[in-house]
Amino acid sequence: MAQDDHSGTELAAADSSHAEQEFAGSTGTAVIPHDGFTNPGFEPHRPRVTDEDPKREKRAQRTVYTLFYLSILGSVWAIAAYMLFPIEGNDVGAVRLNNMFIGFGVTLALLGIGFGAVHWGKSLMTSPESIDIRHPIGGTEATKQGAVEVFREADEESGFTRRSVIRNSLIAALLALPIPAVVLFRGLAPQDQLPVELLSHTMWAKGTRLTLDPSGVPIRASDVTIGSAFHVIPEGLAELEQGRLEEKAKAAVLLMRLEPSELNPAPGRESWAYDGIVAYSKICTHVGCPVALYEQHTHHLLCPCHQSQFDVSNNCEVIFGPAKRPLPQLPIAVDDEGYLIAQSDFTEPVGPSFWERN
Amino acid sequence: MNRSKRRTGRRHPLATVALLALGLVFTGGAYAAISSGTAAQAEAKPTSQETIEEGKKLFQANCATCHGLEAQGTANGPGLIGVGAAAVDFQVGTGRMPMQMQGPQAQQKPPQFTDEQVKQLAYYVASLGPGPDIPADHLVNGGGDAANGAELFRINCAMCHNVAGAGGALTEGKFAPPLTNVSGVHAYEAMVTGPQNMPVFNDLNISPEDKRDIITYLKYVQDNRSPGGFELGSLGPVAEGLFIWIFGLGAIVAVTIWITAKSN
Ligand code: FES
Repeated sequence: MAQDDHSGTELAAADSSHAEQEFAGSTGTAVIPHDGFTNPGFEPHRPRVTDEDPKREKRAQRTVYTLFYLSILGSVWAIAAYMLFPIEGNDVGAVRLNNMFIGFGVTLALLGIGFGAVHWGKSLMTSPESIDIRHPIGGTEATKQGAVEVFREADEESGFTRRSVIRNSLIAALLALPIPAVVLFRGLAPQDQLPVELLSHTMWAKGTRLTLDPSGVPIRASDVTIGSAFHVIPEGLAELEQGRLEEKAKAAVLLMRLEPSELNPAPGRESWAYDGIVAYSKICTHVGCPVALYEQHTHHLLCPCHQSQFDVSNNCEVIFGPAKRPLPQLPIAVDDEGYLIAQSDFTEPVGPSFWERN
Repeated sequence: MNRSKRRTGRRHPLATVALLALGLVFTGGAYAAISSGTAAQAEAKPTSQETIEEGKKLFQANCATCHGLEAQGTANGPGLIGVGAAAVDFQVGTGRMPMQMQGPQAQQKPPQFTDEQVKQLAYYVASLGPGPDIPADHLVNGGGDAANGAELFRINCAMCHNVAGAGGALTEGKFAPPLTNVSGVHAYEAMVTGPQNMPVFNDLNISPEDKRDIITYLKYVQDNRSPGGFELGSLGPVAEGLFIWIFGLGAIVAVTIWITAKSN
């Protein structure tokens, strides 16, 4: 019972204070702003050491112009360093000296101006506190009217609204103007081939041997022991005179051997591996980095760029990261001499998505 | 090593320098010790019955709990028949085995056995089944073609170990260790045996001469530090950018504040 009484009084107390608050706030229907804020005015002006002591002022002045002169010195030194430490031949050490000394000069030049300006502003420029009253941004009614009048007059004199044929042709001309710039981008792709075609096919074809990167030595199935990872290019790529890198960027393949029981090929892909040996495109389906961080026990492939992970035992499906599609698999077989060959090209475009990819 | 280096790199520029200096001294020391060690070992190849017997005793006392009394493997550890002397020399010689505890991967630590004991263990395991042998001295002393080694390293190794051998992260807590103070023998053995999650690079994938070239490249990188000044752990543009954003900008902000405070 005592407890009940106690809580009763607390309630009552809370109630009464609540009522008081409400009473203080309600003064009929009028809304009285009541935030209790008074403008505190300026803080007292604190003079700086340079305001009080002329000697200090002199010194600050000297510091500032010394910094500016140092900056000039830095600029001159940068020019001198360019001539004194030239980069000649293939000497990496020369690059280092050249960069370092020019860098010192430019740093001095920039920091001299920067620190000088800060010091000047903080210690010498006068520092009275003052208020800038804010003004309305909009113009007066008359100004607005005037502006409207100017537009109306211009329209009337030019006949912009009246001569609609001329107007529309001008708009069309302006719209057409940027199109050449867009078309010029086509020049970035090879001229005599369709980019979509190029993106959809690689050097791999039926019967192409798998060879070692970079030597181009063909690989026998028996060479690939369990747990191995081979970096593979198609036969003939190492000898290409032209466009070798372009072809390699599409055709690079990682060859791995797992226990055949660890592979779970998707329906239709049962014959794409050879005795536990699988070949997957090395080009990440996210934005095309080479995926080759292979962990031989977890069978994970990690892309170093954005950490997409692919599971080699499950058709290189994405198990983590931003990549959307599994890595394309290269169907492989063995020829009568025991060398690994491709059954065909990749059955889908390798690498990242593009508009026309389906 | 790699991790602590990265962390200190963000802490203080001088800490990096100090650490680098220390690292260099230790690398040099360890390298000298190891290269003389391998020279001695190549002369006397202890494959005698006595060595194997000694190794068997060591194995049964130290390894059999996980790998089985006859190295046939148990639920806690893989069988070791046919892994070869190279695998044992690598795992035990770098202190990864015996393992302290189960984890994402076996950690490197000071070796638990003397060089001689490591060899006894290695030849005992080698006697159980044929496997890769400890490489001969001329393959691991760095006398090959560094340029060819560098190309092979970039194709086969750099994606995990970093192009300067500074190491890097893998999935789920695993990592490719830095190669900046790994001896030639251990690097060779790692390639032929594929320890932990590292793939195997057998002699038909990377020939022994090519492996020698890769080791030559690693030694070249160890001996010729970055020509561009501080290498900041060789972690590339991200580490460098972070460094200059934090320390470079930090210094400028600090000086600006100091100037301002001084004039008041
Ligand atoms: S390119 Fe592979 S994850 Fe982004």
